[in-house]
Amino acid sequence: MTTTDYRLIDSTLRDGSHAISHQYYAEDVIKIVAGLDRAGVQVIEIAHGDGLGGSSFNYGFSAVPEKELIARACETAQQAQIACLMLPGIGLADDLREVRELGVSVARIAVHCTEADITEQHIKVAKELGMEAIGFLMMAHMNSPEGLVEQALLMQSYGADTIYIADSAGAMTVDDVRRRVSALVKALDIPLGVHAHNNLAMAVANSIAAYEEGAKNLDGTSAGLGAGAGNCPTEILAAVSTKYGIETGVDPLVLMDVAEEIVRPIMPRQQVIDRAGLLLGYAGVYGSFLLHAERAAERYNVPVSEILLELGRRQVVGGQEDMIIDVALELARTHAEAEVTA
Amino acid sequence: MPLRCAIVGSGNIGTDLMVKMMRSDTLQLAALVGIDPASDGLARAKALGLDAPHEGPDWVIEHGDDFDMVFDATSAYVHVRYHKKYADAGITAIDLTPAARGPKVIAAVNLTEHLDAPNINMVTCGGQATTPMAYAISRAVPSLPYCEMVSTVSSKSAGPGTRQNIDEFTKTTSTALREIGGAETSKAIIILNPADPPIIMRNTVFGALPEGTDHDAVIESIYAMEKDVAQYVPGYRLKNKPVIEEGPYNTPGGVVPHRVVVLLEVEGAGDYLPPYAGNLDIMTAAAMRVGEAIAEHRGVSA
Repeated sequence: MTTTDYRLIDSTLRDGSHAISHQYYAEDVIKIVAGLDRAGVQVIEIAHGDGLGGSSFNYGFSAVPEKELIARACETAQQAQIACLMLPGIGLADDLREVRELGVSVARIAVHCTEADITEQHIKVAKELGMEAIGFLMMAHMNSPEGLVEQALLMQSYGADTIYIADSAGAMTVDDVRRRVSALVKALDIPLGVHAHNNLAMAVANSIAAYEEGAKNLDGTSAGLGAGAGNCPTEILAAVSTKYGIETGVDPLVLMDVAEEIVRPIMPRQQVIDRAGLLLGYAGVYGSFLLHAERAAERYNVPVSEILLELGRRQVVGGQEDMIIDVALELARTHAEAEVTA
Repeated sequence: MPLRCAIVGSGNIGTDLMVKMMRSDTLQLAALVGIDPASDGLARAKALGLDAPHEGPDWVIEHGDDFDMVFDATSAYVHVRYHKKYADAGITAIDLTPAARGPKVIAAVNLTEHLDAPNINMVTCGGQATTPMAYAISRAVPSLPYCEMVSTVSSKSAGPGTRQNIDEFTKTTSTALREIGGAETSKAIIILNPADPPIIMRNTVFGALPEGTDHDAVIESIYAMEKDVAQYVPGYRLKNKPVIEEGPYNTPGGVVPHRVVVLLEVEGAGDYLPPYAGNLDIMTAAAMRVGEAIAEHRGVSA
């Protein structure tokens, strides 16, 4: 294998799952994994959008049990490693044991960026199972560079092999990314990665900036399919990296084919930065809330922008999708009272 | 004569329980037992005129004849080591840890089912908050194919026990939704929120409603349960009216046309812990309720 300047982790089949309301089928998985694998992508992540065990009322039920899809991914990949993401509190250590049996070799243990100490049990289980353990700090815009260093060091002490910070709300500017990545790279003994979202149209620029500050792992999804206004598009990241002279080990042309011919046809809508998507980044709200908020807005006849702004004010974190219903009901009540008064 | 009680564990939960128990007519608290002589809880116990030894659970065993009941607010591994010793000493144990050695009791649902058990398990804070609503739904429907709870607690009120073994919380809570709540399948989710000022504990219960459900009866049953729980946890309330949402929903218990969403808030009484820690308050309040029910069962009159 040639040496590359960073490792690419594609999350079309995990983060992308949000954008299609977790309705992946086996034939989608086989085609996407085969394409990404052929392009040379090093790691392919697959799970419910909210990680292993995420299929629920709160986050949406999967069309097909995720472990069936994970098994297909493991069978299909020739050279790529298969990764799963799990959030302690939603998924279980038992889920890691099951997917290890299926052939998954990378476990990303994800938590809100201030709660690293709940990952100890699961990072250790992943290591015992012989997996690479990646500590994944979400909503990284809500913590300072120093705060993130503190959290990342905890995960390193539990045995994590790699640390990731995720801009889950797509709320970071290039400068926000540079300050966090440089502090983390300096403090850690293990490699760092960055997972970017495109709500402020910064995903590719932020990923390149992260690389320049020393990140050795970058995330993308095909055609940007993902929560909120979408992720860092894998094919664009690969193309831009090539222009920068960064060795990625992946073929941008094959990735463009995958995005155009396999992923775009199954997308219910293209990833654009519309008002709601932009508001997520602007208000710093977890990207996967978008479709849930749109549904609640329609059901209770309140503007989606008001729901998103109120969620931002309440400082809700990833996983609190139930609060979308709560906020929508309260807004509906406030609007009704205002009408009576008027 | 009131039951003679000891609380083991002088941390947040034990100390909050102490403050509550000082008000009881049927439970007479004699000791708060810790392991750290410098703990705030023990200092407060001394100030209240209680015994406040720091020799840990062994002290209770040594003074076994002085106690009818012990409330264990230590941690699961300590309770696993001592539950048999309490039983051998003839002391009824109310277990606030997730050790789950005795039958599970949710105060608003199966309070009277295990009054003679030597050991009672209080499940989890999320279990005490949401199982009553699972039960309220299941008693109003022909069947409850699937029930799910989401508990969000402030980071400040989630102790090291919860953090180091979060799977135990979700598994135990999920089991209670089935065994006591009456759901056929279930899932439990816990989220920690670091917002400052800390958020009040929130719980959401989703129930799968099969074809032919009387929706009004479900809502009525939920309101009735809110009142029942609020009798011993005054800060327990519906944050919004329960809503029925239209699916279909492809749940693990089968496809259903509707779901009911119950949005709850638990504000603590602020006895020792601040009001946002409703998750701890509901545990201590429920444990007290169980202790008092056992006292009544044994003929102690208030």
